[in-house]
Amino acid sequence: MNAPLTSPSRRMFLATGGAVVVTFALRPLSSLAQGTPQAQPKLPGSLDKAPYLDAWIGIGGDGAVTVFAGKAELGQGIKTALIQCAAEELDIDPKAITIVTADTERTANEGYTAGSHSMQDSGTAVLHAAAQVRGILIGLAATRLNLPPDQLQAKTGAVVANDGRSVVYKDLVTGEALHQIATAQSPLKNVKSFKIIGTPMHRVDIPGKVTGAPMYVQDMRPEGMLHARVVRPPNYGAELVAVDIAAVEKLPGVIKIVRDGSFLAVAAQGEFQAIEAMNVLASVAQWRKIAALPEQSTIHQFLGRLPSQDEVIANKGAPSLQGAHLLRATYTRPYLSHGSIGPSCALALWKGDKLTVWTHSQGVYPLRNTLANMLHLKPEQVHCIHTEGSGCYGHNAADDAAADAALIARAVPGRPIRVQWMREQEHGWEPFGPAMASNVSGAIDDQGRIVAWTYDVWSNTHSTRPGGPAGNLLAAQYLAQPFQPPPPSEIPMPEGGGDRNAIPIYTIPNERVVDHFIPQMPLRVSALRALGAYLNVFAIESFMDELAAAAKIDPVEFRLKHLDDPRARDVVTKAAQEFGWTKGKRPRGEGHGFAFARYKNLAAYCAVAVEASVERESGAVRLGRVVAAVDSGQAVNPDGIRNQIEGAIVQSASWTLYEEVTFDRSEITSLDWSRYPIMRFPQVPESVAVHVIDRPGEKFLGTGEAGQGPTAAAIANAIADATGARLRDLPLSTQRIKQAIGV
Amino acid sequence: MLRRILLGLAIMLAVAFGAFYAWQWRGELPPASTSAHAFDPGIVAKGAQLAAIGECGVCHTRAGGRPYAGGFPVQTPFGVVYGTNITPDRETGIGAWSEEAFRRAMREGVARDGTHLYPAFPYDHFTRLTDGDISALYAFLMTREPAAQANRQPQLDFPLNFRIFAAGWQLLFLSKGPYRNDPAQSAAWNRGAYLVEGVGHCGGCHTPRNAFGAERKHEAYGGGASEGWSAPALNASSPAPVPWTVDQLTAYLKAGFADQHGFAAGPMQPVVANLGKAADADVRAIATYVASFIGPRNAADRQRQTDAALAFAKQRAVNVGDLARTTTGVATADDRSAGGVLFAGACASCHRSGGGLPASRPIALALSTPVNASDPDNLLRIVADGIHPPAGERGPIMPGFSGALTDPQIVALADYVRAHYSRGQAWPNIAAALADIRRNPTPAMEAP
Amino acid sequence: MTVLNVNGKQHEVDADPRTPLLYVLRNDLALNAAKFGCGLGQCGACTVLVDHNPVFSCVTPIAALEGRYIRTVEDLGTIDKPGPIQRAFIEEQAAQCGYCIPGMMMRAQALLEKNAAPSDAQIREAMAPNLCRCGTQMRILRAVQRAAKLMTVELNEPREMKG
Repeated sequence: MNAPLTSPSRRMFLATGGAVVVTFALRPLSSLAQGTPQAQPKLPGSLDKAPYLDAWIGIGGDGAVTVFAGKAELGQGIKTALIQCAAEELDIDPKAITIVTADTERTANEGYTAGSHSMQDSGTAVLHAAAQVRGILIGLAATRLNLPPDQLQAKTGAVVANDGRSVVYKDLVTGEALHQIATAQSPLKNVKSFKIIGTPMHRVDIPGKVTGAPMYVQDMRPEGMLHARVVRPPNYGAELVAVDIAAVEKLPGVIKIVRDGSFLAVAAQGEFQAIEAMNVLASVAQWRKIAALPEQSTIHQFLGRLPSQDEVIANKGAPSLQGAHLLRATYTRPYLSHGSIGPSCALALWKGDKLTVWTHSQGVYPLRNTLANMLHLKPEQVHCIHTEGSGCYGHNAADDAAADAALIARAVPGRPIRVQWMREQEHGWEPFGPAMASNVSGAIDDQGRIVAWTYDVWSNTHSTRPGGPAGNLLAAQYLAQPFQPPPPSEIPMPEGGGDRNAIPIYTIPNERVVDHFIPQMPLRVSALRALGAYLNVFAIESFMDELAAAAKIDPVEFRLKHLDDPRARDVVTKAAQEFGWTKGKRPRGEGHGFAFARYKNLAAYCAVAVEASVERESGAVRLGRVVAAVDSGQAVNPDGIRNQIEGAIVQSASWTLYEEVTFDRSEITSLDWSRYPIMRFPQVPESVAVHVIDRPGEKFLGTGEAGQGPTAAAIANAIADATGARLRDLPLSTQRIKQAIGV
Repeated sequence: MLRRILLGLAIMLAVAFGAFYAWQWRGELPPASTSAHAFDPGIVAKGAQLAAIGECGVCHTRAGGRPYAGGFPVQTPFGVVYGTNITPDRETGIGAWSEEAFRRAMREGVARDGTHLYPAFPYDHFTRLTDGDISALYAFLMTREPAAQANRQPQLDFPLNFRIFAAGWQLLFLSKGPYRNDPAQSAAWNRGAYLVEGVGHCGGCHTPRNAFGAERKHEAYGGGASEGWSAPALNASSPAPVPWTVDQLTAYLKAGFADQHGFAAGPMQPVVANLGKAADADVRAIATYVASFIGPRNAADRQRQTDAALAFAKQRAVNVGDLARTTTGVATADDRSAGGVLFAGACASCHRSGGGLPASRPIALALSTPVNASDPDNLLRIVADGIHPPAGERGPIMPGFSGALTDPQIVALADYVRAHYSRGQAWPNIAAALADIRRNPTPAMEAP
Repeated sequence: MTVLNVNGKQHEVDADPRTPLLYVLRNDLALNAAKFGCGLGQCGACTVLVDHNPVFSCVTPIAALEGRYIRTVEDLGTIDKPGPIQRAFIEEQAAQCGYCIPGMMMRAQALLEKNAAPSDAQIREAMAPNLCRCGTQMRILRAVQRAAKLMTVELNEPREMKG
């Protein structure tokens, strides 16, 4: 968790005139208690982990306002949304705000930017902290102007009195004015008065990204930087037996070759020199291959035979499946790749006894602890700074690139080391989204109501994120003194891992849901956007259509029949309405499909309707109109929400129609875009329209992952509608569709 | 006197023409009504297989068009003939064709209305099909999705735009009738021969043609052209450095890749995409037949040639060590040539061997047929346009270098590749070949 | 020493002539826009213009580029004065992580220089070599359409004399 900071560097960063931020600001509430710990009320969002207000908001002597957040910008627009929250509650122009994110010496520890928690945790914290800071500023102004607070209001960066006098924020804030522990209640503004929250404010990072500003970790070029490349083994677990580095040391630009057990890397002056040296080094390295992989075509049977830890996660009534219409089905998904467009990259600098790492890891604090563990350092000696990479969509190779850079930096002290992974390395070594299978059975009565439901899902863990023990870092597993990966565990409900969204949201009197957690991982796996929800929602929503067909009820009507939550009903109705959902006959080969889910049954609601046509000769799917409705609670930036759902729809369509990691009995074979094709422009849907149902005043609901599952099922349902063929194994490839259609 | 001779000649010609006209005249066959449900699914499935091997969809579907609805331009030395609509649409397709009409077209090259079809439609091959297979193809086509798309008239040089010339061509060059088994050969060989000579019509591209556009039977599989690409010789003159074996041919035809020959490119891409849907046994039969005449006939020669090619390839493999040594002055002169430098920067990231990153796994260039062919056309088209898989499918992605490299640079690159990776003679005029390609860019080809 | 004309300026680059342009742009010339995505000519994140043609700078050696006209995103405008394509992408908020966007913009620039009013199908076809993993394609298509309009407006506006 948080360690008290002893370094004065942060103070030096931020001391500007009046505002002094003390190192204590990042201490958690619990460590501040003197003597016997007192019961503290739970603070909103991540304020609970970092309760000092100046851990979140800083006001400089020059009037500059800084927001500090522990969540990172992954391209989901979080920086902008947080600025909106702060600007609204502080009543200042958003352009006056700078935001600092995910830095182990400057921001709160908000764990991982994952699970669509950013608005729920960080947004809530920033909102409340800003409101409380505004309250403090008004209080300070009241004293200064000798007026009661109710005659004062915050307005565009100043506190203004009814009699016209005003004091700007920077003149109010002196000493440690903001160094106060947050309270459980905040003087939040009335949502009806919002002028910034709820507006589609333009993203603060896009202008730089479209004009060539240095926005990414890949763009960093500190003085003295060396380019490094790692030589990875030919397959999992291979041992480096011998390598003649003499030939490589003489190559132009080569500065250092690093070998530690089976970890092999080269640092050079120039980037192309590093790549050439890597290639030569790889050609002279001799490996002993050990691992064998299972047969890809029977991977689900293979996984199903491995030992599993079974947990009943829902048990209601007695699902006896007699005397009613009974259906059963099995659904599967393959291993999927994150497929980040920019392969992972990190910079590291070892200076004195301190390691600084610039990384696009989703969790700088957990990474810091893990790097410290790997290098036998104290966490305080490691400083991790989040710097944007390309979209990661979960746990990709970002942390591994950081580990590589750290190891090389240690071998070349004083020089910043830039490690850039190659495309083949990212595709071959990243932790994949796990292959999964589920069995569903359901019974409907004569009125078309679901009376019984069973669901069993099999999956590996969906998280091997570095969270302390170094064994989750790829490089650490290959050192001369290797770290073993810690035993994997299932993420507990209500969030879940492989069982995320395994419990149907529908009202079903008798249901039993079992999670079969499989610890043994033949392929390296971890979190991919939506985790288990992608397969579970695909399965549940496909099965709902199968039940609806058996009951001879329209699929949308069938869902509404079983949905009690009014917000869920609104989202379903909205999507169906905007799509123009009808029961009419369609042209041959064209189908309409619908699906709905509430992410984790507690985050955003999302319904998706898809129009698709299937070419009979080839089985190729053409996506027409896609219409979605989403309820994310209070919408801070509706365009940000739309952008995320549009993106989820296109990405999930690509997963669903094309993607699967391929491997032979020895190694991963889908090593680049030629062997792991993803959707290109000609295949993206004809149009995607996302309708945001704003709920002013409601809690923020995580949205980034809400579209993956419903899109997959909506497509499968559209294909079934178009062809009569029900496909249950992802991807719904052209070959599988053609086989199902027949000649 | 002269007048009498001329008059006699004129009369003879008139009589001959009259006889010819009478001979070639075909009546219209009455329109038929068929229902898609009338066909046995097993026969339809057999027809599907034959259509895959015959690649019907390739010439009968235009880029972006409905399957089998026609419109694809077939380039001939005499002009362009457009593939017709062979969907069961009654007005614009063959929906009104009886099976008899269909059979007449396949065996004799005559449409339902009696018109003679240009041999761009390779009925000189389809005539080799059995009646049963023609029925199966009929069943298959009649159960496709009807599509209304009017046929485009051929654009042929005068006077070939008159159909009577198609009739004349048939008289001279069409020998009708189904394939006859060779009892001296195996069942697989005969099956392969039946498929290759019949529905597969491989000779249509791979056999040279005479001035009338007919295949030169005595030079069968001596090489030809298609869509601007060279179709390499499949007989003893095969330019492949390693002689093709049954296994290599089967792998190539089924999946588009053979590890001693490389990836299918150009017009072969849709061919292998279709053969990928055909029965394994049939693809192997085709390979068995072709393997019986491709490359050296003598087993000892085949072994010798294979060993020499593999040894040369190994020696010339783009060893990463060599690349790096280029800058330290150890490399050969041609590595430092303009072409060699371009190769190292543009091609080596994929086309290298050794090194720890098995990228798209292209094979050693020294084993590639385009690199070893007698003309640079195919290599130039590949370098200029690249190789692209169909949407969403796994397959090699090679970027095209037109635009990135100037034409003189592409010429230098091709020259280097030929010198470095082939034991054949230098190509005499690569610049002219490239200029020709620029005049005839590769059209888009789609396989349904 | 290779002399490269990048965005209208001559640069003397002391790099191995085999070096792909991408690394020279980024490391020798500190131009950030073109990105490393694959190094194999498969994804387009490195797309720049050479003599008005969109090329994969990751597989184009600088030896091929002397005397030719190289253009990157940095030449399309600045953060204070974005050009029409950049304005279009900002107005449409056509980015999520944004990593693929510079490549997209250069390929769009090449398209719009040849076809000032492309249809949706033509844009899709032209942009096919460039991958976007975040799923921003719909916005990118709209941005290219918008850019086409903005460029037409610019052409038709009376030009002020440049001092």
